[in-house]
Amino acid sequence: MKFTLKGFLPLIIFLALGAALALGLTKDPRLMPSQMIDKPFPEFALTDLYEPDSILTNADMTGQVTLVNVFGSWCVSCNVEHPKLMQLARSGSVDIWGIDWRDEREKGKNWLAARGNPYTRIIFDPDSVLSIDLGVTGAPESFIIDQQGQIRYKHVGIITDDIWDDILWPVIATLEAEG
Amino acid sequence: MIAEFGQICLILALLIAIAQSVLPMIGASQRDVRLMAFGDRAAYVQFALIATSFIALTAIFIASDFSVKLAAINSHTDKPLMYKITGVWGNHEGSMLLWVLMLSLFGGLVPIFGKSLPLTLKSRAIAVQGMLGVGFLLFILFTSNPFLRLNPVPINGQGLNPLLQDPGLAFHPPFLYLGYVGFSMSFSFAVAALIEGRVDAVWARWLRPWVLLAWSFLTIGITLGSFWAYYELGWGGWWMWDPVENVSFLPWLAGTALLHSILVLGKRHIMASWTVLLAISAFSLSLVGTFVVRSGVLVSVHSFAVDPERGVFILILLVIATGGALGLYALRAHKLRGGPTFSAVSKEGGLVLNNLLLVAATATVFLGTFYPLFIDAMSGDKISVGAPYFNLTFAPIMLVLIGFMGVAPLIEWRSGKLASLKRPLTISALIMAIVILLGVIFGKAGLGSIGFALAAYLAYGTLVAFGRKLKLGQVSFGDSLTLLRAQPSAVYGFLLAHLGIAVFTAAVTAMTVWAQEDQQALRVGESLEVAGYEFTLRSIAPGQRENYEFFGGDIDVTKNGREIVTLQTEQRFYPTREMVTTEAGFRMGPVVTLLASVGEGDAERGYAVRAVSHPFVIWIWIGALMMALAGFISLLDSRLRVARPKQAAAKAPSQAEA
Repeated sequence: MKFTLKGFLPLIIFLALGAALALGLTKDPRLMPSQMIDKPFPEFALTDLYEPDSILTNADMTGQVTLVNVFGSWCVSCNVEHPKLMQLARSGSVDIWGIDWRDEREKGKNWLAARGNPYTRIIFDPDSVLSIDLGVTGAPESFIIDQQGQIRYKHVGIITDDIWDDILWPVIATLEAEG
Repeated sequence: MIAEFGQICLILALLIAIAQSVLPMIGASQRDVRLMAFGDRAAYVQFALIATSFIALTAIFIASDFSVKLAAINSHTDKPLMYKITGVWGNHEGSMLLWVLMLSLFGGLVPIFGKSLPLTLKSRAIAVQGMLGVGFLLFILFTSNPFLRLNPVPINGQGLNPLLQDPGLAFHPPFLYLGYVGFSMSFSFAVAALIEGRVDAVWARWLRPWVLLAWSFLTIGITLGSFWAYYELGWGGWWMWDPVENVSFLPWLAGTALLHSILVLGKRHIMASWTVLLAISAFSLSLVGTFVVRSGVLVSVHSFAVDPERGVFILILLVIATGGALGLYALRAHKLRGGPTFSAVSKEGGLVLNNLLLVAATATVFLGTFYPLFIDAMSGDKISVGAPYFNLTFAPIMLVLIGFMGVAPLIEWRSGKLASLKRPLTISALIMAIVILLGVIFGKAGLGSIGFALAAYLAYGTLVAFGRKLKLGQVSFGDSLTLLRAQPSAVYGFLLAHLGIAVFTAAVTAMTVWAQEDQQALRVGESLEVAGYEFTLRSIAPGQRENYEFFGGDIDVTKNGREIVTLQTEQRFYPTREMVTTEAGFRMGPVVTLLASVGEGDAERGYAVRAVSHPFVIWIWIGALMMALAGFISLLDSRLRVARPKQAAAKAPSQAEA
């Protein structure tokens, strides 16, 4: 049978895409990558979302277990996650810091004003300065930082009730108990 | 009883579909007319059986028979009749049944409208349509059976979720599905043509109305979805670049490219390979859309129910269907070459460019949507790229595309002369300069003026192209009027669709440039100003309904002291889920759409009031609906129907084969 190699190109591309889709199915969407775990939270000096004149640094963060949550007003999934963060903030179970990523200051503030602000402090990171050091690949993403400023856990994606109850809260409770 | 009856119909439909996929195929290869004729009848019977099954399910919902699990979960005796009916497809199982119903409907239409087609081509296409039916019927019967019984029978259903009782949500899926499933026709005919080893102008002319039909329905479906998201979710965005939105947009982009390439193939016997690949792609992307929504592989705001097992099933279907079709293409690609040559400056050249840009746009959206998945597959990270990526990559491609859309219709087939473009290009440059000047000076639009200028340029170019068809200025005005009436409806379709894009572009630019919003903590009686409108918080009152508590906030809007409207907003709290939702108050208008919402707060410090002014946003959807309407108008074109006396000609070898 006569055929050309060029004719196979669409098939090859499709099979590669299909393999990637299939692999995607087998992965747990919220798998934990390990490269930043047990490393100190990267050095940073960035402005507070609400106070453009005040600079936040690592010193502001240490001393207690903190949940650092990466979000942005452009991030659709963050809308879904937000009520859970509000609930956590109301219950006072953990200190939540926000990183407003790749955002505009006004948009970020508006987004929070419309929905409520669950964060103790918000680091404004429009140019991905801190986010690159942290290895942030998308939003929402959350890190658990211990009292010494070490990253102890990274969660990619939305924090749901199950994720909180089964994974994040046990990690935080253990860290707090260790003191 | 009725549930079992419905299920038996589905099983019978599966058996018929199996016969439909095999016998006509054998008939076509052995030139056995009786076996081929069987395909026609099987297609009718398959449709009749699935339709009966669908009616059975509808009857179950109307009668509130809660011994059927699906009705128990998704319906309720207190639901209005309309939502009982729309509830049939407001869930996974029912929506898949609607999907195969449409698939078999299109299959059944082939023998009715395809009398002029070469017999073997028609039979093979019906067989392929039957194979798709087999796949999806198996999917329904094994993973998503809508007729499962429930024991013990509950007293009432659970499906009284008020969030889901919305006309937008009720009618968005059927249109979307008509579009998705409509592309199954181009798929089946592409595969049939590949088996025959011949993709010619007759094939293209017969298939084009089906592509138009699917494309138009898909356009309506996407528009309704966008409007629903804007109105119901109240975030003030008309397009979020959410994965579920993107996967419905992908087949639309591929379908748009297909519409144009199939036009060229029908007229000039070129772009056969492109057209076949686009026909396969448009349907494959529809399958991908179903796969993504049903499997939940991408985190999205839209996906309510996810199930990996179903995702695997659809992925297997996708691999068999698309892999098989592309494998066939690989073996037959060498037969699809040839056709007359054309110069780069020609209508063909313009349409090839249009195709390249649309394919690039499709790839861009595909990459942005699935990149997170590929990253996940390779490194285990789960990310979402969001709007910044799309604004940076997709928008420039569209701007270039609009740039070509303004001139390409003015160029002649085969070999055009750039000189003939001199006058219209000079005038459009003038128009653009004026629009930019006006935009910068009066509109304070800055760079956005370029968007308006492009829209004006496109509208002008489209009108000039239309004017040339009427020979305006070349013949007497009376003759032009005669020509106006003599124009085939496809020309009016072109006019309306391209003007629709111009309206859409202008509206999107207006939203980008002039949309304003503000956010302040207001006590009752206080107000804030946005774009000259004064939003005053008049009252806040708590209340309670069925399954939620709410704070209702009324906001009076005035302009220069004149009362405009009172917007009613609600903040709802669902105790069972500890979930807070914000319902914005809307006032839609042709010039400006106002919306406001009241968020967290208390009487002392005030409530977070968000007030928004969106000028011309409504024209985004009007522009999109103009495109859909244009598709339907083109369908009226008599040239698209292959006349029966031409059957002899249809069998003659065409240039595409040479």
